[in-house]
Amino acid sequence: METSKNTFHENPKSSLEKVLDIISTMASKPSGFIGLAILIFHVILAITSPWFAPYDYKAINPTLMLNAPSSEFWFGTDSLGRDVFTRTILGGRTALTITFFGSIIALLWGGLLGIFCGLVGGRIDDVVMRIVDAFLSIPWILAMLLIVSLLGTTTEVLIPALGFFYGKGIVRVARAATHDVIAKDFIVSAKARGHSNLSIIWNEILPNVRDAILVEGAMRWSWMLLGFSSLSFLGFGVSPPTPDWGLMISNARGLMSFAWWAVIAPIVGLSSLIIGINLTADAFAKALGIDRSTKAPV
Amino acid sequence: MFFLIFKRFVLGLVTLFIVSLITFIGVEILPGDACTSYLEREAFGEALAACIKRLGLDVPAHERYISWAYNVIQGDFGYSLSGQMQINEVLGPRIKNSLVLASAAIIIGIPLALILGIITALWRDKMPDIIISTVAIFSMTIPEFISATLLILIVAIWLEWLPGIVIVPTDVTFFELLPNIILPVIAIAMIMTAHMARMVRSSVIQVMASDYIQMAILKGVPYWKMVFKHVLPNALLPAINVVALTIAWLLGGVVVTEVVFNYPGLGRLVIESISNRDLPVVQALGIILASIYVSINFIADLLTLMLNPRLKTLQTRK
Repeated sequence: METSKNTFHENPKSSLEKVLDIISTMASKPSGFIGLAILIFHVILAITSPWFAPYDYKAINPTLMLNAPSSEFWFGTDSLGRDVFTRTILGGRTALTITFFGSIIALLWGGLLGIFCGLVGGRIDDVVMRIVDAFLSIPWILAMLLIVSLLGTTTEVLIPALGFFYGKGIVRVARAATHDVIAKDFIVSAKARGHSNLSIIWNEILPNVRDAILVEGAMRWSWMLLGFSSLSFLGFGVSPPTPDWGLMISNARGLMSFAWWAVIAPIVGLSSLIIGINLTADAFAKALGIDRSTKAPV
Repeated sequence: MFFLIFKRFVLGLVTLFIVSLITFIGVEILPGDACTSYLEREAFGEALAACIKRLGLDVPAHERYISWAYNVIQGDFGYSLSGQMQINEVLGPRIKNSLVLASAAIIIGIPLALILGIITALWRDKMPDIIISTVAIFSMTIPEFISATLLILIVAIWLEWLPGIVIVPTDVTFFELLPNIILPVIAIAMIMTAHMARMVRSSVIQVMASDYIQMAILKGVPYWKMVFKHVLPNALLPAINVVALTIAWLLGGVVVTEVVFNYPGLGRLVIESISNRDLPVVQALGIILASIYVSINFIADLLTLMLNPRLKTLQTRK
């Protein structure tokens, strides 16, 4: 057994080496490199910013209202006299944390349900897919706003709600990927060996559909970030005075004719993060050999 | 083929039925009913009793669902809580305004997306492609509220070319509305165009690499004749479904854009009804937006079936 294995896989790679391989393939193209660099920058910024933020993000100072950028306040001050630089470098922390855990929840339930439906098929599959279709046809924003307005905007509500609403699209992708492998010989032989559904999912299907689901999850992350920021912008996301880019843009928008700095800084922060995640997800898909340009945002 | 269309139609109806159940059950299981959430602190005594009576909340849930669904099928959504108006009267002008916005964006967006998509595909990895694709990535990834805010800041505040915020009554006439919708339409069309152009690009590239196009090149078919006669018809067919999905997806995005521009459409009604906790209106909006989504997808399926001779025999293969 040992020898035959080695002739098939001449140089078996550890999973760490595989991950490094994928990352170096991603970084070999300029768009992937830029995306990764932006994403890593934002993650490091989000982790370390509390230590070097120059001012208190919630310190209101009426004498400093709407000051233009200066050497003292690099990005100026907002309508309550708070330092825009401090609030901008802190503004991605909540969004990144909530959407990161939200995406993991979305991946888990969406991926597993999709694989399960693809595997069992039949009546159960029909019913579940009808329900998923129905949820897909309700605009996410209506459902999210309703949940958040009735249950509150705490993290415990936002993470599962976002995870649920962005996972339903993953169900379809996981199901389609499962259908692609289900007719292959190794599944048929696993069934013939009498393996349970759970063992077939874990040992045979999951390694083969993992790539497709992970790419979908990376895409969902950027859409979820967009969705979460939209909620914040509309006043249904994080609550003040927590610094958050969506909320900052919405607050500074009314005064932007004379204090454009207060709105530009969070715009640059949020846009660069979303573009970074998108470019990374694209490069990730290409490195795994999956074309995602033909998909619409569902 | 008729059977296939009929099947799609029935599936659409089933989806809508499940949507109606979801919205009804969703509103039902979330804490607070329509009356307590609307009246908030005044939800006691006579006011609460009157409200419950008016909305018929004293009957069991399944009976309420049946009578609600029966009325909705006949086009009657009941009464809104805040305005004390018939929901139909509230919805009518909003739907019209949103339709104006959406159609304008679609009329601009689809031809533009086709042209840009074809250009980027034919000049793949050359200068036009790199420039257009980069701009497309920016405009499709940046959130609607950011591109809308930037548009207002640059066009309305710095250049002072157009009004930044729409200040019109809800029941405005079509021609009064027109100058006000330029910026919102640009904001929506930008995102839509980017998504569709990207799709058209990859579809054209795929067809260009196929055997029959290589064959046509080898046979010496003139380049543009080949593009228009052989590449585009085959490349644009799969694009129909994505166009439909993109339009349907915009329903969510339009909410935010309408809020930024203060545009009196369905999207702003979503926010208003949720802020007012007007659950009957929220329910009605859920059904209406879902019906739009389902019908757009159904029309796309229909178009694909009619235009693609290969799909006509699909059911015999399956």
